[in-house]
Amino acid sequence: MLSSSLIFALTGVALFALGLRGALLHPALLGRVLAINVSGAGVFMLLVALAYRGPAGNPDPLPHALVLTGIVVAVSATALALAMGRRLRQLEEQADD
Amino acid sequence: MIIDAWLLLDLILALLVLALGWASLASPDLKRGVTLFIAFGMLLALIWARLRAPDLALAEAVIGAGLTGALLLSALRDDPGLERPGGPGRDGSGWWLGLLTLALAGVMGWALTHALVWHPNSGQAQAIAAALPESGVSNPVTAVLLNFRAYDTFLELAVLLVAVLGILALGPARPAYRPAGPVLAGLSRWLLPLLVVTAGYLLWVGAHAPGGAFQAGALLAAAAVLLRLAGQADAGLPGPAARRWLLVAGVAAFIAVGLAGLLGSGAFLQYPAGWAGSLILLIESAATLSIAVTLALAFIGGRQSEIPVSPVEKESTPC
Amino acid sequence: MNDVIGLSLVFIGVGFFLAGSIGLLRLPDLLSRLHALTKADNLGLGLLALGLGILAGDWLIGLKLFLIWLLVMGAGAAAAHLIAGQALRREDSR
Repeated sequence: MLSSSLIFALTGVALFALGLRGALLHPALLGRVLAINVSGAGVFMLLVALAYRGPAGNPDPLPHALVLTGIVVAVSATALALAMGRRLRQLEEQADD
Repeated sequence: MIIDAWLLLDLILALLVLALGWASLASPDLKRGVTLFIAFGMLLALIWARLRAPDLALAEAVIGAGLTGALLLSALRDDPGLERPGGPGRDGSGWWLGLLTLALAGVMGWALTHALVWHPNSGQAQAIAAALPESGVSNPVTAVLLNFRAYDTFLELAVLLVAVLGILALGPARPAYRPAGPVLAGLSRWLLPLLVVTAGYLLWVGAHAPGGAFQAGALLAAAAVLLRLAGQADAGLPGPAARRWLLVAGVAAFIAVGLAGLLGSGAFLQYPAGWAGSLILLIESAATLSIAVTLALAFIGGRQSEIPVSPVEKESTPC
Repeated sequence: MNDVIGLSLVFIGVGFFLAGSIGLLRLPDLLSRLHALTKADNLGLGLLALGLGILAGDWLIGLKLFLIWLLVMGAGAAAAHLIAGQALRREDSR
């Protein structure tokens, strides 16, 4: 009943919820970017856990391909978010002057 | 209930990763949070290896832990404003939001338990395994990425291009780093050729073993990040014109192969019979270069002037 | 017999990692913590790599593990040097 797939799928859900809460409530912008990354990691873990077929069987490659795409897109989205945050702070400081 | 050793390992890994995720988000000092996040990424790579996903483990180690960590740390250095609290509603009145996400997690967890314990199914795995010999490669993940779901990968490369265009449009590059001392310079002299050769190897071997364009491109980007951290402001990237060509190379290769397929076999991205392996290698090579330049520029953080800037100058002209 | 040797080397290596982690948590200042980390992890990883190479039985895998050990040692030493240098610079400027 308790299988590796179930353990990691539930952990993925927990990470998703953890990251979602952080993305909504963390005080700093960088913290919210971190939280979205944690949330994304949770989704990836869910997909990979569902693709797992046991220590002997071959895993399902389709979710693996989706997660691989997701990892690369996540890092570029993080970079874009950080660049936007930087620009936002610069504009705020200019507005304060 | 008897728990065997693998399940015990899985439980420990799961608890550890949850603890790291929680600690990284709950830490008031963001530098500590980012460091914990890097450790979280490495543990995630270990979990992918445990779940028999070696391609993902490679990618997570390079991108998730390495490049994302470098990106976050450089953002901490350059933009102290990102650490400051700001924005509406961040004063602890969101406790009901926490409760809502908990409820969401509960519902999803229940649904998953239901699906996994009582209604397991095999998805597309058998269809993919059956079609694998015709795909031109023998690594099933590469076959899915570059053949069965090539359209998704094509659009993903376009997403990367849009992201880097956004980063370039938002302002000048981040300040450069001081020139490296003897230790870092010596290490770089050994690591850089090794990184380039390993990237080439991963690109080639992706056809029949874990590897491929994403991991190879990310390794090359890591080499560029190392160069930039060692003081070279342009991170070893070529000049602005060459950068533009390299950035679009991945998407362009996909479009070229797709149109050739349209003319030859009647459908966009339909590989002609027998050519699949070579075309996949062609697209992957172009994609590797694109991904490398994209992620390197994402780390650099913006437009650079033609001459390498010293750490003192922060203004730059468009490249 | 090979399995026994390999496994015991792995366990001793893990013991070194444990010692390094305890040092990270318990030692008073940055430099001593760096010292504990690098020493324990170098020897710990070396024993781990040796044990895994013996368990694998294939000399090619053993060679790759050895190269991995060299790389991690080099990177760890350089990183420790950079961190310590930065910490000392920050102390001097105060």
